[in-house]
Amino acid sequence: MEKRVVFHGKLLPYLLLAPQLLITIVFFYWPAGQAVWQSFLVQDAFGLSTEFVWFENYALLFSKPEYYKSMWTTAVFSTLVAFLSLSIALLFAVQADKHIKFATGYKTLLIWPYAVAPAVAGVLWLFMFQPSLGLVSQAIRALGFQWNPLLDQDHAMALVVMAATWKQISYNFLFFLAGLQAIPKSVIEAAAIDGATPMRRFWTIIFPLLSPTTFFLLVVNVVYVFFDTFGIIDAATQGGPAKGTETMVYKVFSDGRSGGDLGGSAAQSVVLMVIVIALTAIQFRYVERKVQY
Amino acid sequence: MSDVRLSEVRKVYAGGVEAVKGVSLTIADGEFCVLVGPSGCGKSTLLRMVAGLETISGGTCAIDGRVVNEIEPAERDIAMVFQNYALYPHMSVYNNMAYGLRNRGTPKDEIDARVKEAARILEVEPFLERKPKALSGGQRQRVAMGRAIVRKPKVFLFDEPLSNLDAKLRIQMRVEIKKLQRALKTTSIYVTHDQLEAMTLADQLVVMNKGRVEQAGRPLELYERPATLFVAGFIGAPPMNLITLPPEGLPGLQLANKPTGKVVLGIRPEHLFEQGSKSADLSLEFTVQAVEAVGAETYIYGALGGNGTEIILREPGKASPALGTRLKVGASAANLHFFDPETSQRLA
Ligand SMILES: Nc1ncnc2c1ncn2[C@@H]1O[C@H](COP(=O)(O)OP(=O)(O)OP(=O)(O)O)[C@@H](O)[C@H]1O
Ligand SMILES: [Mg+2]
Repeated sequence: MEKRVVFHGKLLPYLLLAPQLLITIVFFYWPAGQAVWQSFLVQDAFGLSTEFVWFENYALLFSKPEYYKSMWTTAVFSTLVAFLSLSIALLFAVQADKHIKFATGYKTLLIWPYAVAPAVAGVLWLFMFQPSLGLVSQAIRALGFQWNPLLDQDHAMALVVMAATWKQISYNFLFFLAGLQAIPKSVIEAAAIDGATPMRRFWTIIFPLLSPTTFFLLVVNVVYVFFDTFGIIDAATQGGPAKGTETMVYKVFSDGRSGGDLGGSAAQSVVLMVIVIALTAIQFRYVERKVQY
Repeated sequence: MSDVRLSEVRKVYAGGVEAVKGVSLTIADGEFCVLVGPSGCGKSTLLRMVAGLETISGGTCAIDGRVVNEIEPAERDIAMVFQNYALYPHMSVYNNMAYGLRNRGTPKDEIDARVKEAARILEVEPFLERKPKALSGGQRQRVAMGRAIVRKPKVFLFDEPLSNLDAKLRIQMRVEIKKLQRALKTTSIYVTHDQLEAMTLADQLVVMNKGRVEQAGRPLELYERPATLFVAGFIGAPPMNLITLPPEGLPGLQLANKPTGKVVLGIRPEHLFEQGSKSADLSLEFTVQAVEAVGAETYIYGALGGNGTEIILREPGKASPALGTRLKVGASAANLHFFDPETSQRLA
């Protein structure tokens, strides 16, 4: 007697898969295809006529200095956020791994920021650092430092970097903690007997053994800063002042929606998509190899 | 010169578990000391306190005359071989062995010389550039040993180093460890729960039970004169027959000079002989219930006529008494052991 359920015909499996496929197609492939199609079109100012122009939008895009500026902004922003959120999370994870007794409370506190929506996080930090009213700004002022993220580009960048970092630490923390706990205790003990100071143990044993986790997180974090930080930037600075915090993803939005340049904005989306596909490819190749040692 | 002296060492874990309840031991310079005992008796805990991986809750541990209670593992000049080897997975075999020397600032050419020497002794020269994951269990074990010997420490500590190997390799490595220790003359403490390993390796054998030392001494001393019921039952395979004798004696058991009162009589399976015409100081009758022939010898299991206590008899060569047969066996007085059932201590 066959105990397995056997589906007769091919309809049912497809029906069961349909909702997931539908969601993927409607919310991913379709818009992506639309973006690629749009990037080959030019619309007149009133949206009355559309012309197929091949790669003209791309050519135009790469001839504009602003685009390179937003690339540079993105590079600075992602490097800072990825570096800060990874190193701070690692520091916290190492502490949590030591004092595992109070870890539950400590971990819960560290995980909370991840549950906060990006836009809310942006607003939160905006309030704290609002030049005239913000609590933190007042404190900074009291120290005699002229803080004004609404006027100063570097201050604005610092603000969004802080907000984005704060939100990403939780995620990185969890992975680092899991990574640390997967290192056999006896290996660390052997190193201690072998005369390695705690600092040396960290850099010669723990850090190298964490490298698969670190690499994975690096990829995830870069994707995060490329896309997910849109909400933070929109809420905190709207890309300003004077486009000082306009990352590539924010520029897609501002050119397309506010600027009305649909073709150009679509071309930018495609460029972003290519970058992310490249990053994902690296990640997959990496996951295939799994460990480095 | 480096001896290890433990005096009244205790360990209470954070949860309140008292794992080691006052252990005093002296391990002489160059001596091979084996700690043996059932699971959970505190062997690893004691070893880890000597290593400095666990704090000492009471008493003192001295290495080479210096109390090390408050001294970091690195400063104790010891080396440890772990059950899971604890090799550094991202380093080559060479670097695994060199790591401890590098941390201590040993000159480069000396490191090279010492690592090569250890690799030669342990026959791991062909693998020096490999990572641990590309080695077999036995090879990893050798690298772990190599990592311990390159440092030329005062004391070697081993925590069940052979328990992850198959039976054949285990015997081979056991012999090699013994040879190596003889050659290097390094004081060693070795934890195991394999009593064959314990008997063959030890200069001093320490039987532990429930956080205490039951008996310490030369292996044969423990075999010949077990100090407690626990040691009597633990050392020797198959284990010693232990028969509780009430003051009035047992039917089917004749004993020449029985001590007065209630006692536990111990007699090893190998010291029982089938009683033909020979006279014996002890003679007893039992019913055969099972026979195990392993080739060179035969184990005969049965129940004592009087109260059904299990009796094991070890016969050299092949023997095949039918099940249900009543056998009459004897032993000479020199091979009998008597214990107090209340205190578990040996009588006389
Ligand atoms: N970190 C710890 N916290 C609390 N109790 C512990 C800890 N480590 C060990 N114990 C307890 O201490 C006792 C002794 O443990 P130990 O590891 O020394 O036993 P062992 O003799 O080495 O046993 P085995 O032969 O199974 O390795 C056990 O009851 C164990 O549960
Ligand atoms: Mg143990």
